[in-house]
Amino acid sequence: MKANEDQKIIKLAILAVGGQGGGVLTNWITDVAERNGYLAQATSVAGVAQRTGATIYYVEMCPDTGRRPVFSLAPAQGDIDILIAAELMEAGRAVMRGFVTPDRTTLIASAHRIAAVSEKIEPGDGRADSPTVHKNAREAASRYICFDMEKVAVEAGSVISSSLFGALAGSGALPFARESYEETIEASGRGVKASLAAFGKAFERTVAGEDASASVQDAPRAGQGIAVAGPERLVAAWNALAARADAYPEPVRAMALAGLRKVVDYQDLAYGAEYLDRLDQALALDSAGKDHALGEAAAKHVANAMCYEDILRVADLKTRTARAERIRKEMKVGDANVLQVTEFFHPRVEEFCGTLPTGLGRFIENRPGLSKWVDRRINRGRRIRTDSLFGFGALWVIGTLRPWRRSLLRHQVEKEHLDRWYALALDTARRDYGLAVEILNCRRLIKGYSDTHARGHSKFDRVLSGLTLLEGREDAADWLRRLREAALKDEKGEMLDGALKTVATLEAA
Amino acid sequence: MAERSFVKEVQKLRLGAGETFHGEGILAITKALLQCGVGYVGGYQGAPISHLMDVLADAQDILGELGVHFEASASEATATAMLAASVHYPIRGACTFKSSVGLNVASDALANLASGGVTGGALIIVGEDYGEGSSIMQERSHPFAMKSQVWLLDPRPNLPSIVKAVEDGFELSEASNTPVMLMVRIRSCHVTGSFETKENKRPGMTVADALENPRRDTNRIVLPPASFLHEKEKVEKRMPAAVDFIRSRRINEFFGPDRGKAGIILQGGMYNSVIRALQRIGLADVYGETDVPLYVLNAVYPLIDDEVIDFCADKDSILIVEEGQPNYLEQAIASLMHKKGLDTRILGKDILPMAGEYTGQVMLDGISAYLRANAPELLAAQVLAPNASGENTLAADLAKVVPGRPPGFCTGCPERPIFAATKLIEKELGPHHISSDIGCHLFSIMPPFELGATTMGYGLGPASASAFNSPDAKRRSISFVGDGGFWHNGLTSSIGNAVFNQNDGVIVVVDNFYSAATGGQDVLSSRADNPTKSTQHPITDAVKGMGVKWVRHIDRTYDVTKVRAALREALTTEEKGPKVIVASSECMLNRQRREKPQTAKAISGGERVVKPRFGVDEDVCTGDHACMRLSGCPSLSVKKLDDPLRDDPVASIDHTCVGCGNCGEVADAAVLCPSFYRADVVHNPGSWDRFADRLRRRVTGFLQTRREKRRLTFGEA
Repeated sequence: MKANEDQKIIKLAILAVGGQGGGVLTNWITDVAERNGYLAQATSVAGVAQRTGATIYYVEMCPDTGRRPVFSLAPAQGDIDILIAAELMEAGRAVMRGFVTPDRTTLIASAHRIAAVSEKIEPGDGRADSPTVHKNAREAASRYICFDMEKVAVEAGSVISSSLFGALAGSGALPFARESYEETIEASGRGVKASLAAFGKAFERTVAGEDASASVQDAPRAGQGIAVAGPERLVAAWNALAARADAYPEPVRAMALAGLRKVVDYQDLAYGAEYLDRLDQALALDSAGKDHALGEAAAKHVANAMCYEDILRVADLKTRTARAERIRKEMKVGDANVLQVTEFFHPRVEEFCGTLPTGLGRFIENRPGLSKWVDRRINRGRRIRTDSLFGFGALWVIGTLRPWRRSLLRHQVEKEHLDRWYALALDTARRDYGLAVEILNCRRLIKGYSDTHARGHSKFDRVLSGLTLLEGREDAADWLRRLREAALKDEKGEMLDGALKTVATLEAA
Repeated sequence: MAERSFVKEVQKLRLGAGETFHGEGILAITKALLQCGVGYVGGYQGAPISHLMDVLADAQDILGELGVHFEASASEATATAMLAASVHYPIRGACTFKSSVGLNVASDALANLASGGVTGGALIIVGEDYGEGSSIMQERSHPFAMKSQVWLLDPRPNLPSIVKAVEDGFELSEASNTPVMLMVRIRSCHVTGSFETKENKRPGMTVADALENPRRDTNRIVLPPASFLHEKEKVEKRMPAAVDFIRSRRINEFFGPDRGKAGIILQGGMYNSVIRALQRIGLADVYGETDVPLYVLNAVYPLIDDEVIDFCADKDSILIVEEGQPNYLEQAIASLMHKKGLDTRILGKDILPMAGEYTGQVMLDGISAYLRANAPELLAAQVLAPNASGENTLAADLAKVVPGRPPGFCTGCPERPIFAATKLIEKELGPHHISSDIGCHLFSIMPPFELGATTMGYGLGPASASAFNSPDAKRRSISFVGDGGFWHNGLTSSIGNAVFNQNDGVIVVVDNFYSAATGGQDVLSSRADNPTKSTQHPITDAVKGMGVKWVRHIDRTYDVTKVRAALREALTTEEKGPKVIVASSECMLNRQRREKPQTAKAISGGERVVKPRFGVDEDVCTGDHACMRLSGCPSLSVKKLDDPLRDDPVASIDHTCVGCGNCGEVADAAVLCPSFYRADVVHNPGSWDRFADRLRRRVTGFLQTRREKRRLTFGEA
């Protein structure tokens, strides 16, 4: 038996997303090992072009006894002592690939997310489920160290390799002193101060044993802590409306307050009252035994439906003080800098007519020749500098149209659609409460502008077209939910078509 | 200018006798070449030897001092043909490229070179790109060595062994008048380690000496009757000479006990993985002392029959560790046993997988299984009957969650808008047959673009659409080729072919000023001044020179509307013959590398600098992600808002945005939402900037306050 017990090779793998600087971290780790009298070997599959894909770096090390050990060039399942994941899903991938085992692996993972393309392109919410990764990672590893190391790095003006290095040092998984890690960073010679700051912060958080994975992000709080400012008369009227919403049962109350705020901010207090009137209709049919699901769904989706996206709203949002301040903060614009902001608009005849008084808008829309003529003059990408007086002024003037919004064509169209949908939901609620809730939730399908908006509408119509097939079935609500979820999966609605076909066969069966 | 600079590291190439080199495999190979007195080096970039080419390019001073000629060859065929300089002259030459794609391209030159044979040592260093992270089809280099009868070295993957293989390779080549292939696997190219160096040697004869004193020998030229003689010479003289050399110089190595019931024959490159598996089952120590006899083939072709027989003769069975398929070594050794009447069982691909990378787990499973069946007395009880199932029960749960993360376009990549435009034109004119090519632009086949049906080889994108040329169809084919592929092979095989055969298709040349996919090396059309190369030869001129009449040049690919218009015109014009669109914008990775330090310097130097970055107004964004379906930029991502009314995450642009402009252009061309904005931050603004800014902010501030005073404004309490 040749396995001499006194010598052990430490095996460390780094899973990162291409472009995260895994190479720098690898060099640091071999450097710190060599500083401590170890022999170390690093390998990577550089894949020169593979910028944003998942990559693995691998390091082996053992004390230098004067003899040359045989190191492996690639990580093997069940044979890793330390695994560093530079992104949360990469930690999941490491577990999946068998690189994390409970008998020995210290798993150091950054809790932040870099969304993969597949997560971004879904019309709905395609983001991967982080808690599942945390759960499995904790189960798979001998020790699980996880917090947002990207944030630690960015706050220190550094990059994630520094904070990962700090967490590695802090974990004590390698038998090296903190100072030798810091010497390594100092010797690297670039951005040393920021790197050391990020390193130190991550080191301390690791030693303190903070576990970000436990405090999984809570669901957003609804309607709490709204601060309102403005003329006294308006504030008093707001308070009266808010009191009305406050009297609703939970969880409708919280959602209604958020909705009320959105609607009033969008138009005015009268619009807010209109919103609450609509909600009252749903609440009249609601049931505490069903957790007020109908009221809550109505509170959410009626608010969204009433705040349709039009040019007035965009112009209003883009000319606010808060927005200017937010951009300056996000772009780190100091007093010594000047900020220029360019907006990208692409109006078409549809948007133009929507912003005209109903009669005039309809007049143009009903005449294809005229409509085309207008479109030719309007339909063009326009870049507007909102830091310039002209550009800002133009948007500000559009914003002054707000009081007349109710008389514009777009409002008529949206209102008719809303009334039809809401009436359908409330009418259904009398027969099938669950189905009504799902009808309300279908509003989620309508979003975006121009083509995207049209496609959203078409999906909405197609999903609701399933109603005739489902009506009367016990599991109608469940099926409608499935149809909606399918519609949110892809752009063209291919999943939805498949789901609708299934629903059609249900009926036949 | 290449993506990675080795200017500092190449100083290690100056190390003298008895010093210790520390560094990466590729750098060690370069040092070994110089120690061997190489006279000229050529090659073509491509993982994993791109960096070897970059090292050589950055080492041109040192090469020059030694009288070594270096060139970046136009293709692998060119690189191999360059070795013709060793046919008549006793000059050592080397070339390097990615295998096996490179060998496919080079095989014409390789066959001719091998037929006539060489006088000076000729070494072809092939970087194997097999297994995880590979970007090419999975094939072996081994059959190229067999069919052309050149010798193939596959050294153990550590720096001293690789350096020794370079030295051995040259000597073997000279001893047998045959070119030698040295294969280095992807991980050994980038493995770090150390070795003791020797003094660099000036070549005994330089290429200049040879030019001054030309020689020729008709017998070395591939033309009958010499070519018939070469065939015989290969088996009668050169092969025996090679076998003698490999045997007498002990190129192959034996480890472990002299005798045993079971043994392993392995490719040199697999040595570390085999030892690791033996370590894990308790049959080898950290230093590679093993209880199982190993015969390590640092030369995998030709085999040394008597060494093989000697190793096998006393054993009941042998396991052959040979990565990739077909199993040439296993076949050859089994046939040898049969011929010699030995009854040693030859096992290989029946225990180890026929195909795929021999990873740590594969080796552990395979070698354990082999020893359990054939030498159980060596194994501890736990290995004989393991308790753990080895099943990864968590994997299934995670497989549903963890998204795939294939490589894709970089942040700000100028190729992304080309494919956004293609996707938009397909929305307008319907789907088309699209041929893709090798290069970064091949990422178009992935989401979110999902464009392109085939990839047939470097520069062969338009060639692979050549069958789709029919007067009966109302639709044209679209094909892509990069600037790298264009100069490698595309100009003749694709463009010339399309002109000659009156192909009516649309060809898009994706020109990013570099051979970007391989790490940003210069090509003929690169815009930069390169001190050792001739650049700035426009692709449009070359295309016109080939006879293309319809050529459009777009000099800013980010203009999605313009790219789409060019595509629309190309797909609908009445004009016959190939329609070529050259879409040019600099590779963002290279551009950032060049500009970032300049910008930082200018800002700290007090110069007026405008830095653009994009942002998203999250209250305007509705979370439909239409922009991401036309982009896929890493800096454009999704973000969940702290707003209970919003079910879906909105778009968000992070601090890595380089302000390329694609987001704005796509929003414009596809008529998306008005939530994108570009923020130009002016650093060190001039007095006019400041004055105008103050004035504007005073006026806009007045208007904002006026409106906000009369309405309710909401904030977080």
